[in-house]
This record gives sequence, C-alpha cells and structure tokens, in this order.
Amino acid sequence: MPTTEATPLTRKDFQSDQEVRWCPGCGDYAILSAVQQVFPELGIPREKFVIVSGIGCSSRFPYYMNTYGFHSIHGRAPAVATGIKMTRPDLDVWVVTGDGDALSIGGNHLIHTLRRNVNVKILLFNNRVYGLTKGQYSPTSELGKRTKSTPHGSVDFPFNPLNIAIGAGATFVARSVDIFMPHLKEVLKRAAAHKGSAFVEVMQNCNIYNDKAFAALTDKTGRQQNGLYLEHGKPLVFGDNQDKGLRFTGTDFEVIELGNGKSADDCLVWDEKHANPSLAFQMASISTGDGLGDFPVPLGVLRAVDAPTYDAGVIDQIDELTTARPQTLDQLIHGTDTWTVDAGGSVHRGAN
Amino acid sequence: MTLPIAGQTDAGKAAEARVSDVVIRFAGDSGDGMQLTGTQFTNTSALIGNDLSTLPDFPAEIRAPAGTLPGVSAFQVRIADHDIHTPGDAPDVLVAMNPAALKANLRDLRDNGVIIVNTDEFTPRNLKRAGYESNPLEDDSLNAFRLYQVALTTMTRRALEESELDVRSKDRCKNFLALGMIYWLFSRPLEPTIDWLRVKFRRRPEIAEANVKVMKAGWNFCDITDAFQVRYDVEPAKLEPGTYRSIHGNSALAIGLVAASRRSGLPLFLGAYPITPASDVLHELATYKHFGVTTYQAEDEIAAVCSAIGASFGGALGVSCSSGPGIALKAEGINLAVMVELPLVICDIQRGGPSTGLPTKTEQADLLQVMFGRNNESPVPVIAASSPADCFDTALEAVRLATKYMTPVVLLSDGYIANGAEPWRIPEVEDLPDLRVDFHQDAEGFMPYMRNQETLARPWAIPGTPGLEHRIGGLEKEDVTGNVNYEPENHDHMVRLRAEKVARIANEIPEIEVEGPQSGKLLVLGWGSTLGAITGAVNQAWADGLTVSRAHLKHLNPFPRNLGDVLDRFERVLVPEMNLGQLALLLRARYLKDIETYSKVEGKPFTRDEILHRIQQMAGA
Repeated sequence: MPTTEATPLTRKDFQSDQEVRWCPGCGDYAILSAVQQVFPELGIPREKFVIVSGIGCSSRFPYYMNTYGFHSIHGRAPAVATGIKMTRPDLDVWVVTGDGDALSIGGNHLIHTLRRNVNVKILLFNNRVYGLTKGQYSPTSELGKRTKSTPHGSVDFPFNPLNIAIGAGATFVARSVDIFMPHLKEVLKRAAAHKGSAFVEVMQNCNIYNDKAFAALTDKTGRQQNGLYLEHGKPLVFGDNQDKGLRFTGTDFEVIELGNGKSADDCLVWDEKHANPSLAFQMASISTGDGLGDFPVPLGVLRAVDAPTYDAGVIDQIDELTTARPQTLDQLIHGTDTWTVDAGGSVHRGAN
Repeated sequence: MTLPIAGQTDAGKAAEARVSDVVIRFAGDSGDGMQLTGTQFTNTSALIGNDLSTLPDFPAEIRAPAGTLPGVSAFQVRIADHDIHTPGDAPDVLVAMNPAALKANLRDLRDNGVIIVNTDEFTPRNLKRAGYESNPLEDDSLNAFRLYQVALTTMTRRALEESELDVRSKDRCKNFLALGMIYWLFSRPLEPTIDWLRVKFRRRPEIAEANVKVMKAGWNFCDITDAFQVRYDVEPAKLEPGTYRSIHGNSALAIGLVAASRRSGLPLFLGAYPITPASDVLHELATYKHFGVTTYQAEDEIAAVCSAIGASFGGALGVSCSSGPGIALKAEGINLAVMVELPLVICDIQRGGPSTGLPTKTEQADLLQVMFGRNNESPVPVIAASSPADCFDTALEAVRLATKYMTPVVLLSDGYIANGAEPWRIPEVEDLPDLRVDFHQDAEGFMPYMRNQETLARPWAIPGTPGLEHRIGGLEKEDVTGNVNYEPENHDHMVRLRAEKVARIANEIPEIEVEGPQSGKLLVLGWGSTLGAITGAVNQAWADGLTVSRAHLKHLNPFPRNLGDVLDRFERVLVPEMNLGQLALLLRARYLKDIETYSKVEGKPFTRDEILHRIQQMAGA
C-alpha cells in the first residue's frame, strides 16, 4: 500500500475540520492537544493512525483527529480495535475510552484485550463520573458520592483502573493527568513506543459534573506534594522539596521523611520492568488517585515489560501455515473423499 | 420402504435383495460414538455413489447419566439409488446400544423394521434406568419388528482378547462391531472406514487396529452365522455426471466463506464465540489459516461481531457466526454496521428457543429476530440456505451482497442442515462468482458517504490510504460528507436512503421460480431447510395425481421482485415453517395476501409425509 512521503507532520495536520464540542473547560481539550502534539513526533504517516472509541464524552475524540477514526458503540472499542490490528498490523491503533465505557459496560473487552497483549494503545480518561448522560456515578466514583443516581451517596465500591490493568496482565501501565502537559506527552510517547497493549489512565477533570475531583493533586501545591513521579531506576522520592520518600517494608509501602539520617538510598528504586506484577499492583494501590489519602498519587510508568503480542502471534501462524501448507481453493473444495459419476452413470472413487 | 424378508437360500447363505432406499438409525448413549458410526456409514455410502441425507440428533448434555433417556444420541442416515430430499420419515433399521436407546427411538421405527440390540446392556439396572418395567426382549412388545439380539460387548471383548488395551478402551470399540454388521447387512466395503481409522489414529495405531479388528468381527459374525436371512444392497444413484463429496452444512458454509475470500481478494476474518450448533464453523475455519483466514475466538458474542466490524473497516472480509442467543447479543453491533455501512456477514445457525431453549435441536424461528431485532429502522439483507450443500452457494451470495452494497448481511442456516450431510457436486472454481472488490483510492473529491448511483453503496476507503482519512461512527451521518448531523430532514433522508439501498437488491436477485403449474389452487412456499421435505412431498403429490405447485425462497429481505405476482396467481398459499408463522407474517404484511401456515416446533424437521398429508387435505386427494 502506498504511503505518503515522510514530510514532517505538525500538530495542525492532526486537527480535523470538525468543531470540538466538549464543554468549555473540559479536561478533554488538554488531552486532545497533547495527542495532537505527540502524533507528529512519532514518525508514522498520518494515514496509518486509527483511533477507535466507544461511547461517552471522551469517545468523541476521533471526530477531532484528522486520522482514520471509528466512533463505535458503548464499551466495545477494544474489540473493534482488536479486529483492526489483527488484520492490519501496519496500522497504529489507539483506543480512547472513559471510566464508564472501559470499566463498566466494556470491562470484559478491556481485560481480555490487555490479557492478550494486543498491540493497541488504550487511553482511559478517568473523570469518575458519567458526563454524557448528565451526571451519574461511575465505577471509579468514590464511596459516598452523591449524584443523580445516588442521591443518598454511593455505597458502590470503586475500581482502581491501574489495578484492573495490572491484574489483567497488561504489559504497559501508566498514569498521567490532563493538565500536566509535559508529563502527559512523555507518557503518551512511552505508550506509543511500547510493543503490546499500552494502558494509560489520564485523570481528567469534568468541570460540569465532577469539578475538582483531582484538585488535591492538580492544584499548585498538590502537584509536588501529592504527585509521585515514577522513573525507572530512580528512588521513590516526592514532596515539595523532594523531602519525602517511599520505603518498601517487604509487605507494604511507607512514607518516610528524608533527612535526619534518612536519604533517597532508603527509598525503593522503581523497577517498571520487574517481571512479577505484584509490586506494580501494590504501588497502584497506595492511592485512589485523587491525592486525598495519606500516600502520594503514583504517576508515570508503573509497568513496562516485553512480551509477545497476540496480533503478531496470529499473523505468524497464518504466515507459517501459508508457506508450509500450500493448497489451492480447488483442493480445499474437493476435500479428501470424492467420487465421480461419469456420463454413463457409473461411479468410481476419486476425482476425474 | 419396507425391507423385504426373502426366504433363505440353499446352503444357509443369506439371500440378497436389492432395495432402492433405506433409512438406518444408530442410537446409543452419548458416549457410545453413534455420531461417528453414522458418519462412517454415510461416508462409505457416499463413496459407493448413493444419494444420501443425514439427521444427527444428540442431547445438549455432553455425557448425561449413562443409560438414561436424556443421554440418548442418535444418527439417522438415508441412502438411496435415486434422488432423495430428506433423511427419511421412519427408520427401517434401528441399532440400539442400550435399553434407553431402544425406548427413545422405537416409536419412530417402521412396522416390521429391523432392530439390532446389544443384549449385554439389557441388565435389570439399565432397564430400570430406561423406565422399562419388564425386559422388552423377553415380553411380546417387539413382536411387530424383526429383532436381532447380539451380545455386542461380549463379542467385542472376545475379538480383542489378545489386545493390550484395557477393558474400558476395548469396550469403546463396540460401536465398530455394530458398524461392521451394518456394513455386511447393506453390502458396503470396509476399506474407507479402515483407511479413515488409520489416519485418524495414526499416533495410536493400537486403537486403530482394535477398531478394525472389531469391525471385521462384526462383518464376519454376519457372514459366518445365519443371523440374518437377507442381505441388502443399495445401488448407486443416478446422479448428474460430475465429481461429488459428502458435505455437512457447517462445513459447506466454512468452505464457501473461504471461496468468497479467494474470489473477492479479501482476507477472511471470523470473529466468533463458541455456541451450539455454530461452533463447527469456527472449528473448521481455524484449520484454514493457510488460506490467510484469521479466526478469533473472542471473549463474548459482542466482541466477536465488533472485531469483525473492525476487520471490515480495515479492508478484510469480516464475518461473525453464531446461533439465536448470540445473535441477540450482537444486535447492537449489527446496527453499528448498518450505520457505518461496512460489509459484514452474520451467520445465524438457528436452534430451538427462546432463551437457551434446545441447543442441539433445529428451528427456524430467528427470521423475525434478524429482520427486526435491532433498535430503530435497521434494514439488513437476509438470505437462507436450504440444504447442507446450499450453504456453500449461500455464503458466496452473502459476501457478494455485503461487499457490493456495503451492508451487513444475515445468512440463516439451522441445526438440521448445519449437522446434516448430503452429496455435493463440486463446482469448478472458475465458475464461482467473481467477487472482486475495489477499495476507493482517489482523494480528489472524496467523501465517505458519497454513493454509487445504482447500488447506493458508499465507498470502501480503508485506513492506510493517503488522503482518505475520515471518521465513521454510530451517530447519524450527514448525507455525502458523513459528518455527524442531527438535522431533522437529514435524518429522515438517511433513514429512507438506508432502506432504499437494501430494497434495491431486489432489482438484481433472481425472480422466484414456481415448480409445477404456474398458477392454480395451491402453492407450497418454503424457505431454508424445509426445502427437502417440501420437495419430497410435492413430488409424491404429483405422483399421486394432485395439482399443487411449489416455490422456495433464498432471499428473505428483500423478497424477489415477482413474489407478489406469484402469490396472486394461487388461490391458496401454504407456508410450512419450523416456527409459528414468521414468514407468513412478513408475506401478509407485505402483500396483503392470506397465507396458511403449517407450523411445527418440535426441534426436528418436517417429515415428507407430514407435508404430503397437508397437501392432500388442501388439494383434495
């Protein structure tokens, strides 16, 4: 298939002619902007990108990207994307989804796509609320949340999206925040470079139905105080003046104040490539993600391990068998046991 | 036909009698290998050149408690020296491996029919399990039949005295003892089954040889003893010249899809989730990877259809295959394909329902589901296969319509033809329809929802094509541009446009043909798998001097353009259906014509005689 010459692409090349219709102030604008800035830097021709979404505010995303796009049905984007990637490995396939789309109605497709390690990138915009249906609680809404469908407070225990992904065996799991532009772009680039399913949770503010859900993390002081910026091979240090750290006791993480004899050397050195996912799972569990707990919010790459992808496995089998077992359509149709009736009406075993 | 009881010839040799047609039913526990036994008999008879038709009938439980009525599995095969259309109404021969198999099948057996029973299984315990109060082999209850009592298990063990197999493995060979006897009784060669066993168990030759030995023992038992006074032969049928194979419906469907893939140049993608009786299509296509076939056992029915839609978006031939309950789950996905106007083939191998219903039994009651079981105005072409071999042609037709009109197409089959087999005259590849597809390439003036003026199809523009980047989705489209649009006039226009696109298919599909008088008192109109029983019944009615016509529908949406005229030419129209009148409902609504429904929803196909009796009532015999 012909592709365009490798002329440098710009952010503008990825902006579609459609008017963006998210609410003014929605976190989705920032994420759209980040993606439009990152895509031109990936060295991939524009026509090779496909963005697939489900239903929800976030799922309008493909309409605003000047790539191939598919706004599918509620929760099913990973399934559509899997079908695309299995038959068109040359395409760069991205799924954009939300907390309701991916974790409620589409939970089954999400876990199985991650389990298989299909080489697609999944961006989950987590705003902890149903926005498009005007404000019901979601599977990531905190306990006690009052919404239109939980007027007396939710008694429904929430999911931690990172734990779902790690539990499903995802080979790449990361988290960023809508308005942390440089960090978000860096995480997106890491996801793009990963071979296999890349799961990225983006904390996203819904200023209409769940405003300031992540304010403790995203406001001026929260960014440093409550964000734990994971870096592979670096000790887990955070806080206003990098004055706190995380130590691993063998069973749990604990926050330590640095100084007074304690230094970064006492903190766990983050290993995103650790084969056993338990530590990443435990890291994801230290915070619900809003910055309101005793622990900081882990941001960045929690897990990035190499593993064979499902789509490559499928295609390898087809390639191998196509070479190993050449057969014509005529042979297939005939099968192994035939008989022939000749013009005189006599019958003999086998073909003519 | 009734098998003749010829007198004994001299020297104690059995007499030989030629019969034109025989129906045999093998019945036993679901672990007794009855499906396999019946299939072997079928394949051997096919290679002899008989016309044939099969009706497997097995329980939904993999291994129901041994010896009980729910655990009985049966396989009926009819072989003939002439053209036949059904697996036969009543067996001439019943092989019953235990009391339950006898009890469950006896009522169907023809008077004076042959029963071969395994006496070893007629123990007090097994008789009780089957609900017998006294042993039918000892009371007079089987006097109307020709009963042959054979100690199959004992004989099998004796034949394998020198084998190293354990007793359990030895006993599992006993179905081949029965098969050997039936082969002798109907003068069939053993070689095709011996060849098959040696290939099938090439890694366990001791199993293959044990079965060969037991089968030969069964044959020799009949040949040496005078257990049977008569031996039968069924000559080859006078089939049209050509090369044939025996084929099951699901197999024909799988091969048809591969053929369509080759003829269209599109790689085949099957998204499926296991479900009876459709799983065999997945199983078979999974063995055709060397034809570039991708099979995807998805996490559920929804993912199965959605992955196929994704594959179609990328330029593959997306197919999803299921049965009624799975089709219900796919409804939203099919509707997405309607909206985004991508080719997609949905195969519905119907079974008894509603709900989980009768998973292994047949029914034709998904017609209205596939027509209307989606939200809003959702026109989808629907076609139905009418016999096992016809599944091949129907698969090609489904792909042709899906790609030409850029639409999901539903292909209806059912458990009866999916699992049934018949001889198939193998077509020449170059005679198959040319299904080549051109993807849109030209960026100049491209709009994702511009249309072919004849078919109203939109262009198939696949990702990876420079300059054609576009977005599709489930929201209403603006005509031509494909942009999201909520305007009232546009929506009204698009709803009508999607309906018109499907309706236009009627312009090119063949007109329905009437067999027999072209007008008159009675037309028997069928669709799908009732073809065999209707054809057999109408042929017999003609032979009996009755005036009746018949016609059969492959295209159910849209209908052939002359259907209304055809209906008007007859005073009465009878529609036999394995449902409560679903086609009749569509016909009445569309043509304002009174239609008489003949319903049967017993989980089994119509017999020829059932339809014949109805014709006799209506045509005044």
